[in-house]
Amino acid sequence: MSDLHLPSPSRRTLLRGIGGAAVLGAGIPLLSACGGSGTAADPKTVTLGSNGSDAVPKKAYAEIYAAFTKQSGITVDVNTKDHNTFQEQINAYLQGTPDDVFNWFAGYRMQFFAAKGLATPLDDVWAKIGDNFPEAMKKLSKGADGKYYFVPLDTYPWAVFYRKSVFQKHGYTVPTKWDEFVALCKQMKKDGLVPIAFGDKDAWPALGTFDQLNFRTNGYDFHVDLMAGKASWTDAKVRKAFDLWAEILPYHQDGAVGRTWQDAAQSMLSGKAGMYLLGSFVGQQATDKTIQDDLDFFPFPEISPEFGQDTVEAPTDGYMMSKSPKNHAGAVKLLEFLGTPEAEALYLKADSSVVAASSTADTSSYTALQKKAYDMISGAKSLTQFMDRDSRPDFTSTVMQPALQKFIRDPKGIDGILSSVERQKKTIFASS
Amino acid sequence: MTTGTETTETPTAAPLASPSGVAPRKRPTGHRRLLTRRDRITLGLMAGVPTILHVALVWLTALASIALAFTTWDGIGFDSIKWVGLDNFRELFTTNPQFWPAVQHNVIWFVVLILLPTPFGLFLAVQLDKKIRFSRVYQTAFFLPVVMSMAVIGFVWQLIYNPDTGLINSVIGANTPGHYIDWIGDPDLNLWAILVAASWRHAGYMMILYLAGLKSVDPALREASALDGAGEWQTFKNVIFPTLRPTNTVVLVVTIIEALRAFDLVFVFNKGAQGTELLSILVTNNIIGESSRIGYGSAIAVVLLVISLAVIVPYLIATFRKERRA
Repeated sequence: MSDLHLPSPSRRTLLRGIGGAAVLGAGIPLLSACGGSGTAADPKTVTLGSNGSDAVPKKAYAEIYAAFTKQSGITVDVNTKDHNTFQEQINAYLQGTPDDVFNWFAGYRMQFFAAKGLATPLDDVWAKIGDNFPEAMKKLSKGADGKYYFVPLDTYPWAVFYRKSVFQKHGYTVPTKWDEFVALCKQMKKDGLVPIAFGDKDAWPALGTFDQLNFRTNGYDFHVDLMAGKASWTDAKVRKAFDLWAEILPYHQDGAVGRTWQDAAQSMLSGKAGMYLLGSFVGQQATDKTIQDDLDFFPFPEISPEFGQDTVEAPTDGYMMSKSPKNHAGAVKLLEFLGTPEAEALYLKADSSVVAASSTADTSSYTALQKKAYDMISGAKSLTQFMDRDSRPDFTSTVMQPALQKFIRDPKGIDGILSSVERQKKTIFASS
Repeated sequence: MTTGTETTETPTAAPLASPSGVAPRKRPTGHRRLLTRRDRITLGLMAGVPTILHVALVWLTALASIALAFTTWDGIGFDSIKWVGLDNFRELFTTNPQFWPAVQHNVIWFVVLILLPTPFGLFLAVQLDKKIRFSRVYQTAFFLPVVMSMAVIGFVWQLIYNPDTGLINSVIGANTPGHYIDWIGDPDLNLWAILVAASWRHAGYMMILYLAGLKSVDPALREASALDGAGEWQTFKNVIFPTLRPTNTVVLVVTIIEALRAFDLVFVFNKGAQGTELLSILVTNNIIGESSRIGYGSAIAVVLLVISLAVIVPYLIATFRKERRA
């Protein structure tokens, strides 16, 4: 239908060819049956690959797309996949016949696929939506080549979460400096609480703890260099961060490697544990409204006065456009809409565990916690994503995750762990 | 496969597949035709299509991963494949902290399965073979885990081992700070915890194999040994067990396969974290994902393949030798 778009031989047609050859041209539509959707582009439809498989985001996304259809007359054909499956298959997905627009993450993970030529630059979209976003978000949305590849939708901070009532009952005050934090841990232990809830069964929560310790100790720039494979893991600066971690490790919940973050969250929400360092999605675990209202957080305490608390870890989710969308014009329209404060407001109404990426979004419906999170992010000097979004995912998942689990089990072996990490890092970053 | 049979019914397929130079059916030649042309096409398709699929999906992929083991590749576009020689193996053997534990755990897996649940399965089979009351009920009970998928077994045992809310720690009170047993996270415990779950299933599997073997033991042998005044243990040791030799071979092979392909249980349990690493898990962790190390993962797969061959080849040689003798 569209004369602008010449369909290249897709994986699907290729499969059909092989299938046809296999049955000697008998024309049995066995394999071709998997090519369900039509191949020709419909200018009134934009396809969208979604990882929003959980109930809350799924419903929230659906509301945004409904509003877009109402405004533009273009239907959004959503293809939802399980969140983790989506991530695992992203490689094959983007090389095959991807949807026009897809959900993805800001930072290194976006830049990786942009650099591989699997995404379309969005400078034309940003010309329209640019004013809606703060500088830090613009930086996060650019590829290594300086072009925009990403439209952010929502973000959430990592911080130390606690229950106000538990702090009130024992008369604790929020620590802002490292020594106060350690003293608070000691006091909590004396009072029969588990000072810091911790669950690292899924291996990524420890990455977040390391991030906080590292950029508080050594600053944002060093953290970025370390994540990019430029700085050395055997540097004394890294060792310092781990020494501080070893200092508070005895105040962490026992048996972290066998516990999921959900179980750890329950021990904080039920008041058995005093604090919990996690992303604000921890709030999703509080089903009881009174506990939800009792929940509060503070930024990870200052370690080095030089860096204070100026860095905030705020993973950002949003959208990208695949390399050759069938309906380019429609996809641009959709992304422009997704970059408006109205779209964000619709999303946030349905999912209150995150905050808007836009600086012009309507924050009047925010809960107290959302407002605080929003202020923390917009006041930050630098934003980090999360270790596996800021660095090569193959490095973080095959090297860092097991290494940190090992450290948690046996902090004394840190020197061996770090030199092993450095050796493995060299080979991984040397490839590609 | 429905493809082969269905095709033959469509007349258009026949002329396409007709081999040139072969005499048409109507002119009989010197030697007798056992098969009509239609039969030959049918057979050709029935053997050909699976062969093509087998070669494409088994042999080509196996050879491709051997080739990829000497490269680095992130899975995006074929131009990013880079030849690195033996680097992957060098890194694997020297710098990867998970590799040697993984090899060790695969070996432990085999040793434990062959030493504990296998004899236990034999014991159960011998007991159930005695036609005791409710024999079928016991049989079903022990065989039930075998019917379930390993992943489901993983979920069930994960609930039992959960350090905070699991059955074991709740019963013995080992979920309080101070005396805490971390069944899933502690590298000294978790492998054994998983092996209990694996054994739970394996015993039932072995029981069924041995039960089948015992059914084929000639009752005359039992009678004869009873007449000779042999006790129960003596009968088993000197008469029954030696006749189970073919079954033992099958059991050994099955157990080796189980040890090498162990994956799903561990993946569900703790994704092969500290203490439960397995080669199959390392392969998966390196290959599946958004920016994968396909070359490196293939190198691990090749190691697994070599280990498998080291087991399979002697077995095949022994089997073929026996067949030739027969």
